[in-house]
Amino acid sequence: MALFARTPVAPLEYSRTLWMRLWVGAVMVFLYAPLVVLMIFSFNDSKRNVVWRGFTTKYYEKALGNDQLVEALINSLTIAALATLASLVLGTLAAVMLWRFRFPWKGAIDGTISLPIIVPEICLGVAFLMFFAAVGWPTDLVWPFNLGAITIAHITFCFPFVTMVVRSRLASFNREQEEAAKDLGASEGQVFRDVLIPHIKPALVAGALLSFTLSLDDFVITYFTSGPDTITFPVKVYSMVRFSVTPEVNAASTLLIILTVILTFVALKAQGVKAIAETH
Amino acid sequence: MAEQDWKTSKRTFAAVSLPTLFWVVVFFLVPMAIVWLYSFGENRGLTDIEFSGTLNNYKRATEWLYISIFGKSFAVAALVTLICLIIGFPVAMAITFASEKWRPWLLLGIMLPFWTNLLIRTYALMMLLGTQGFANKGMGALWEGTSWIKTLVGLQPLPTWEPVQLLFNNFAVVFGLVYVHLPFMVLPLYAALDRLDRSLIEASLDLGAGHFRTIMRIVVPLAAPGIIAGVMITLIPALGAYLTPDLMGGTDSQMIANVIERQFKKANDWPFGAALSFLLIYAMFALIAIQSMRKKVPEVR
Repeated sequence: MALFARTPVAPLEYSRTLWMRLWVGAVMVFLYAPLVVLMIFSFNDSKRNVVWRGFTTKYYEKALGNDQLVEALINSLTIAALATLASLVLGTLAAVMLWRFRFPWKGAIDGTISLPIIVPEICLGVAFLMFFAAVGWPTDLVWPFNLGAITIAHITFCFPFVTMVVRSRLASFNREQEEAAKDLGASEGQVFRDVLIPHIKPALVAGALLSFTLSLDDFVITYFTSGPDTITFPVKVYSMVRFSVTPEVNAASTLLIILTVILTFVALKAQGVKAIAETH
Repeated sequence: MAEQDWKTSKRTFAAVSLPTLFWVVVFFLVPMAIVWLYSFGENRGLTDIEFSGTLNNYKRATEWLYISIFGKSFAVAALVTLICLIIGFPVAMAITFASEKWRPWLLLGIMLPFWTNLLIRTYALMMLLGTQGFANKGMGALWEGTSWIKTLVGLQPLPTWEPVQLLFNNFAVVFGLVYVHLPFMVLPLYAALDRLDRSLIEASLDLGAGHFRTIMRIVVPLAAPGIIAGVMITLIPALGAYLTPDLMGGTDSQMIANVIERQFKKANDWPFGAALSFLLIYAMFALIAIQSMRKKVPEVR
């Protein structure tokens, strides 16, 4: 039965049976084949994406020479970085509040904080469109202030994820450590900085990665929140895909995929595969 | 250890609670309240909206056209969730019982697409499924191969291969949504299976149950909370999906999110769009309420 089995397969070693291996292999092909094809065809020397006509990097030059596309990418990265920082702070504070204190209306507040995770993206997008229209949010600010509206929207849907991840990590915190620190003369702030933060660090790394990718990934909410002059990478790619499918889109996509992979591996290097996987 | 009462250290409590509460109220509850108010308003002219407390927007949502789109969105989301569960369950099992060395990498393999941009993944799939794409080419080659073998054994050759329309129809929407949401299903399933007490499975196998029976009678009931979590995590975003039906669907594969979007961009009917948004949110609440009711059943027994 088993593929490459050197020792007999134990009853619970499901992952060593042939059928399981074929199934997992097929799923991996299903998940990765489209991305690999996309990346290969970014080097194709043809206007259309169908037949291989030789290797070229000219579409990378074209994509990087496309000012709008580069601007969109810079905007997206700026928004993601700002939203991640703010989400880490807000999310950690919320997690500490929910973990440490007992207060009136706790259940309702807890539910409301995680609500942005459940509310469909389209509804959140619509809500921000109406909100920024109602308060008359200025749309003609200079960079980077013109990204304010999008950043605010992104923080709202990113920070509950940080709260979730940090809170599950806090559950394993031994409060006696905190008391010991206080007995030894640490102030509230010192306890937070030197005892609590080191303990939740893996959750912060995972939360940061999650926020950054969620923000970078978001199309729907940004589509509704962005003004006429502020484009982000997904919004730009969307209009390019709608307009025509060119290898330029492939080249730009490949760059972003590579960025995602690098980010993932940086996070893994910092925390190890297991820690990141466990916080999910 | 017990939670601390907020009154015992008011300053710390204020420091951790005020920023969060401020943000949630101003940048989440207020925008949602505005949508809710708009849903009871009506258009007066191009940009003026009067909050007249009318229920007309909700009445209009019960027209057959919108009911059928709601129904279709539910059907598509349910089908996508079912397919994800069928594909994802064995994968989660394989990850759970993989060796220490392999497990993190398999998990990473599932998580990496989850972190990759949704638009890029949709675009990649569109490239593959187009009439000139590889899916069609692959099937064409198979078809021609079969035809050639048939002539070889003296049968009539098959008619020439006509590319099938794989994109811009309902099939493409379901396929695209499964592709996008599969990691959402596998990760919670894995989390649930990983917590399972393996000795129970071993006991079942020792007592003579087959693998299939063990999975159906032991693993599935024990992992039920994780399975339900996975179903909800897949069903909810699939129900509100906008991008996949928009880019990969045809004219008849509109889902509810696409209809909402149209009210805000082309149709410029904000109150009706607001009403539809809230109906979608109510639908989510109903799903979550059903889930939490299910959770309580075993405790009652």
